[in-house]
Parts: sequence; C-alpha cells; structure tokens
Amino acid sequence: MAKSLSTFQLQMRRFGRNRMAMVSVGLLLLIALACFLGPFAFPFTGEDADFDFIGAPVDFASPHLFGTDDFGRDLLVRVLEGGRVSLTIGFLGAVTAGVIGVLYGAVAGYAGGRTDRLMMGAVEVLYGFPYVILVILLSLLFGGGNVALFAAIVFTLWLTPAVIVRAQAQSLAKREFVEAARAGGMTSWAIVREHIVPNCASVVVVYGSLLVPEVILSESFLSFLGIGIKEPAASWGNLIETGTAAMDTDLRLLLLPGVLLAMVLFCLNFIADGLRDAFDPNER
Amino acid sequence: MLRFVGKRIWSGVLTLAVLVTLTFFVMRLAPGGPFSRSRKMSAEMLEHIKAAFHLDEPVWMQFGRYVWGLAHLDFGPSTRFRDYSVGDLIAAGLPYSLTIGFWAVVVASLVGIALGLAGALRRNTATDYVAGVVGVVGIAVPIFVIGPLAQVVFALKLNWLPVGGAQAGWRSLVLPVLVLSLPNIAYISRLTRGSVIEVMRENYVRTARAKGIGARRTLMVHVLKGALLPVVAYLGPATAGIITGSILIETVFAVPGIGRHFVDAALNRDYPLVMGITLLYGGVLIVFNILTDLARGWLDPRVRHG
Repeated sequence: MAKSLSTFQLQMRRFGRNRMAMVSVGLLLLIALACFLGPFAFPFTGEDADFDFIGAPVDFASPHLFGTDDFGRDLLVRVLEGGRVSLTIGFLGAVTAGVIGVLYGAVAGYAGGRTDRLMMGAVEVLYGFPYVILVILLSLLFGGGNVALFAAIVFTLWLTPAVIVRAQAQSLAKREFVEAARAGGMTSWAIVREHIVPNCASVVVVYGSLLVPEVILSESFLSFLGIGIKEPAASWGNLIETGTAAMDTDLRLLLLPGVLLAMVLFCLNFIADGLRDAFDPNER
Repeated sequence: MLRFVGKRIWSGVLTLAVLVTLTFFVMRLAPGGPFSRSRKMSAEMLEHIKAAFHLDEPVWMQFGRYVWGLAHLDFGPSTRFRDYSVGDLIAAGLPYSLTIGFWAVVVASLVGIALGLAGALRRNTATDYVAGVVGVVGIAVPIFVIGPLAQVVFALKLNWLPVGGAQAGWRSLVLPVLVLSLPNIAYISRLTRGSVIEVMRENYVRTARAKGIGARRTLMVHVLKGALLPVVAYLGPATAGIITGSILIETVFAVPGIGRHFVDAALNRDYPLVMGITLLYGGVLIVFNILTDLARGWLDPRVRHG
C-alpha cells in the first residue's frame, strides 16, 4: 500500500519539484550565510577606516577584495553587514506583520457583524493612505534607528494579510466543524486559535512570502532616501545611495550592493511564485 | 450606481480627514522642530520666529488654525523656504511630477498590455520569454538601482540623454518616465498575460469564434474587454506605486518636483509643506481609487450589483 501523504507534505513535494524556486532557496541561503558569517572572516569591521587604502579599486591581492570607499572602509564587509540588517528586518518584519494581520483578520472574519465592520473600516481608511507618507512619518515619529524603521514598516504592511485572512475566516466561520466546536462549548478565542488560524495557513504562507521582499524593498528605499538606516551603519539602501554619488567615476560602489539586493529580491520572488504554485495549483 | 459612488466618496472624505489629523499630530510628536537644525540663534530670536509661525501656541490651537486655513484653501507658509507659501511650492513642483507620473502610467499601460498580450498569444516562445524576463526584472530590481544604471549607460557613456534636471525639455523626461514605468510594465504585463490566457478559454470566446468572427476582431473586442478587468483594478494600487516611485525618481534624476520636496520637508520638519503634500498625495490616491472602482463597475456588472 502506498504511503499516504498529508496535504502539507504534498505541497512541499510540489514545491521541491520547482527548479527555479529550489535554486532560489539555495542562493538565498548562501547569501544569508555570507552576510551573517562573512564579516567574521575579516580582521576589520565595516566601520574601520584603513588609511592606506582610501578609495582603493577591486584588487583580490590586497586585504580589501572589492576595494574600499572614500573613508577607507572595506566595501565587501560593509555590503555583507548591510545585508545582515536588510535580511533581518525583512524576515522579522514579514513575520511580525503576518502575525498581526492574521490575528486581526481572523478575529474580524470570525466575529462578523459590527465588530467586523468596525475593524475592516479601520483597515480601509489606512489603505487609503499613501503608503510612503505613512512610513516616512512613522519612522520620524519613532526617532530613527533600526527599531523605528522596523516598526514603521510593520505598521504599514499588516493590512494585506489582514484583508486576505478575514475573507478566509469569514467563510470558515460558517462551516460545520466550527459550528460543532461552538456547540461543544469552545470559547470564541479558542476557536479562532485552534480552527480559524490553522485553516488559513496556506494562504498565509503564500502571501507572507511576498511580504519579505516588500519589507526589504521598503527598508532599502527609506535608507536610500536618508530616512532609514544612517551612516556609519551600513544597509544596502544607503550603500546604493553612496554608490550613485560616485557612479560616473567608480561604478563598483553602486554595483556590489545593487546587484546583491536585486539578487535577493529575485530569489524571494521566485520562492513566492513557487509557493503559490505549490499551495494553490488552481491559480496557475 | 449612485449609491455606490456616494459610499466611495464618503469613505474617501473620511480617509482624508483621518490622514490630515494623523499627519498633523505625528509631525508635532516627532522629535525635533523646524528650527532645530538651522544656525544658532538667540533664545529671544527663536521665540520671535516661533511666534511668527504660531508654533508657540498649544498644539490643538495650531491644528484648529490649520484646518481653518484649509477651509479657505490656504496651506500656510513654508517654514524652510521662508519667502514661499506651501501653495507656491506645490504649484511650482507639481507640473514636473504630474508630467512624469502621467507619461509613466501611459507608457506602463501600453507597453505592459502589449507585452502581456504578446506573451499570452505566443506562449512558451521567445516573445513570451522576453516578456517574462522584463516582468521579473521590473518587479525584482528596485528603481533606485535601475535609475542610476540607466544614467550611467544612456547619459554618461552614450551621451544620448541628459543625466537629470529639467532643463532639456522632453529629453530630460525620457529616462525618468521609462524607469518609473518599468515596475508597472512588469505588473501589468503579468496581469494581462494571465487574464488573457484565462479569458481565451471562456465559452463566450469560443462562441464568438464559432459565429465566424475573425481572430483579430475576437481578440480586440471579446477577449480584451474581459481580460482588462484585473488590469483596470490594478490602476488604483498603481497610482500609489507611481507616487512612491516618483519620490525616488525625483531624487535620482534631480527633478524639481514635489516628491523630493516631501522628503526634504519631512527631514527638516517643515510642518506646513509636509501637510500640504500629504493632502495632495492622499487626495490623488483617493480620487484614483474611486475612479478605478467606477471603471470596474462600468466594465463589470457584478461589481456594480455585488
């Protein structure tokens, strides 16, 4: 007798067969590994200035493989450190925004009636806001720094998962097993936790995977404008900004962080596509 | 239909009111003030300037004064550009931003729909692949990476177009418009491709073909009308994307539009200028969202009566 597989195992198997997505997962892990461990392989940090090598070009024989910037700071190490910030904010941000959105949406969808109308009305009003303005204002309000940036991005990105989960929860709330649970004396909160949220899992995985590139993009976008992560701390956004200032003489300062950021975004988009195809075959 | 429109307008007005209130108080609560970065001046002088801008009043009074001004279409004076009112600054910058945004939407719609259509009609051919690559690049590579690269290639190396600014007339608009439209070309071509493939399978398309209507006419009249629905629905979010993008584009290409003004104003706590541009952006976004809904309702009776 063939071993039967759970839906989740089937979905994971389908995902595993998607070559583009698997390559992306591998590449992303490699980049993440390099960003988190790479800087330790060098005797200097991204904030140490080396006065013997100021604005040094790419030279694999020197201690600074990809050269240094105008302050003699190693470009490769700075880019890796910037990657660490971007990836951390990206994943933590997506998870946090996802959790807030799922809970909010599940409660609104399950509760229905006036609670639902009120909760979703608030979401609709926030949706009407120009997203950039909200992020910029919030990051100013929280006074700059990584935590402020993180909070501002999360605050603007939980809306989409909330709307998606709410639609799902609304249809789940009418199903027999939820009615049975209610008849059996489960409290509303327990039903939301035990039945509604787990049954939204696949939608959440698919849309959550799209949140990660969105958070990373927002972070680098704000840092590029000089609102997010500020010098001397490195982030891909502010490194690209420094690179654009010197692009007519020295493209390397723009290319290294730019290419790495684009690569990460490519991978994340392919992974999200792969997850959507695996979890939601009808959508293809 | 009228009810539908009324409801949308009401929720738009509500959003705008919340936006104004929230922006006003968030700006005041954020650390730093409009004059904390300027040259050192005596306490007496500072008091004087603050009084001139009514910043010495309690916050709620400032808010009342601002709303009162708004009711008279007065956005107040800029605290950074001392001799200009917010209205002047917006009037000076808006034409640039609008021109770039408008052409970006036009280019994105035309190129995006054409690419998506070509991909859907010639599935798994070279055309489809090219369209797919454009789609992926447009979504994954941020415009603040593509923009500078385009400047290096087309302005610095090939010398075809100016690097930035707005002095060279239409030639200085080419790069900003193309770069700004790229992400939207990507989204629109993906959407169009998907929905054209889906609509081609519909029974009514087969009926049209069976009746003997030519392939071209079937495509142009029957397929496109159904297939463009999701694309039209995307125009609302696309406006938001264009606003976000124009801030970046104006920074990269040094365009004297309102996007860059907004960032500088926020960083320098130029309260009235931030408020003015926020209102403008919010208003534009709300109007476009309503227009999008109306267009959808007009194209698709299910939305109208649903």
